Amino acid sequence: MNRLAMTLPGLELKNPIMPASGCFGFGKEYGNLYDLSKLGAIMIKATTEEMRYGNPTPRVAETSSGMLNAIGLQNPGLQGVLSNELPWLEKFDVPIIANVAGSETADYVEVAKQISNAPNVHALELNISCPNVKCGGILFGTDPEIAKELTAAVKAVSSVPVYVKLSPNVTDIKAMALAVEAGGADGITMINTLVGMRLDEKTGKPVIANKTGGLSGPAIKPVAIRMVYEVSQVVNIPIIGMGGVTCVQDVVDFLSAGASAVAVGTANFVDPFICPTIIEQLPAKLDELGIDHISELVGRSHRV
Amino acid sequence: MIIQDLMTVESQQEIAKNIFEMKLTGKLVGEITSPGQFVHIRVSDSFEPLLRRPISIAEINPEKDEMTIIYRAEGRGTSLLSEKREGDIVNVLGPLGNGFPVEETAAGQTAVLIGGGIGVPPLYELSKQLTANGVNCIHILGFESDQVVFYEEEFAALGETYIATVDGSNGTQGFVTNVMSEISDDFETFYSCGPMPMLDAVQKAYVHKKGYLSFEQRMGCGIGACFACVCHTNENATDQPYVKVCSDGPVFPAGVVQI
Repeated sequence: MNRLAMTLPGLELKNPIMPASGCFGFGKEYGNLYDLSKLGAIMIKATTEEMRYGNPTPRVAETSSGMLNAIGLQNPGLQGVLSNELPWLEKFDVPIIANVAGSETADYVEVAKQISNAPNVHALELNISCPNVKCGGILFGTDPEIAKELTAAVKAVSSVPVYVKLSPNVTDIKAMALAVEAGGADGITMINTLVGMRLDEKTGKPVIANKTGGLSGPAIKPVAIRMVYEVSQVVNIPIIGMGGVTCVQDVVDFLSAGASAVAVGTANFVDPFICPTIIEQLPAKLDELGIDHISELVGRSHRV
Repeated sequence: MIIQDLMTVESQQEIAKNIFEMKLTGKLVGEITSPGQFVHIRVSDSFEPLLRRPISIAEINPEKDEMTIIYRAEGRGTSLLSEKREGDIVNVLGPLGNGFPVEETAAGQTAVLIGGGIGVPPLYELSKQLTANGVNCIHILGFESDQVVFYEEEFAALGETYIATVDGSNGTQGFVTNVMSEISDDFETFYSCGPMPMLDAVQKAYVHKKGYLSFEQRMGCGIGACFACVCHTNENATDQPYVKVCSDGPVFPAGVVQI
């Protein structure tokens, strides 16, 4: 028995650990460092219909136990991803979750339709929560009715299950989760970054050219855990949890909160080997906790 | 190959005001392929600060598995690094990026190496390799003031060396460009590392010469995955609309990166 295997819509995961979108490019850089087949899945960088250069620099700023970023969805565009990035990943035995971004329903739908037909794309992650693009993203991520409609539109054209990535920048995360579930989402990924700002010590002006950026890293883990805890109790679709995961205990925490799999983001920048390291350490952690299969951890924080 | 190495601090000393020279040993040194590559250092075992610090390599000694880094203790990260002592272990990722092409200058030819401030260190290993190949190196090194000048004698031992300081407390008063305008332009190649305005000035002054510039940008991952350190390229200079300083650079032929 594989003690780490998990089955989610569209995804047979050999383990529940995957790099989070935006923190792993399209895998090439990390593929030079280790065998990507070790991973449960890979969430590739957001793909938009047209190529995007992204925001001006500086695009990142360090904060206490975290970092702000405002990359602005830089990517080679749908055709570039279909012809170069995804084929390169085919040599690995790992399901790809394609992050789909856009600025209006039509381009989300177009990207979803085409990218979901790539042979190694096993699921979509609908990015309705990027805080760093001027139009589109954030509105889709903060209005439940608009989120529901977009989910339904994408669901109608996708040939693989659709996970919706929720923004933490809302008053009622449960309402957003219920809306996308009603729109037909097969799963939820959460959380995206929290909108923040850092000021330059000398000038008093924002450090990041975009002024605001998305906060990630260990600093946001308590927010993410709370939100997974809340959402997992009101929806009937699985959650891939993320936000500040840096070690095997963090993975246990997210599963306990109610996630069925866990993504690692910013920690890849600190230790590029963090995903395989966590995967190797998981069996010993299960032994320590006295459980046979990792699924026994899911939702134990609120299980009666 | 990029590896994550737990390197041992062999020595650490302040060689000018807030400028530290640290020698580290480990198998990572055997992976370094060209001068101008850099390493990404975790200065703390905790998440405070969270990110690694990119630092250029000033000298390598492959026989001893030893490399020298020279950095300015400026913010929290580099200040913590400056507190490391002999025998301490440091988590180092590298070598990263593409360095200066030493082979672009042949034996008997002359190369001008222009550095500004904390951009000076990678030029030292470059000059060592060039001079070992029989290249005549001329060094033009710019600093704020005499207090932060370092490696003046080390560079002088390799070739003609000019110092410029903004306040005139050592060498020519002004910038590296003040020295450049006084020396002969009878040279084959220029190599430069320093702040953006300096690179811009050097590139404009030597527009008809073959040259290579090493860039600095705020970095996240250091390996090309996070897209924090991208720069626009000049039209017709390359088929890429942008480059990543960490993994496509940090060294680019003059004219490629939009300054």
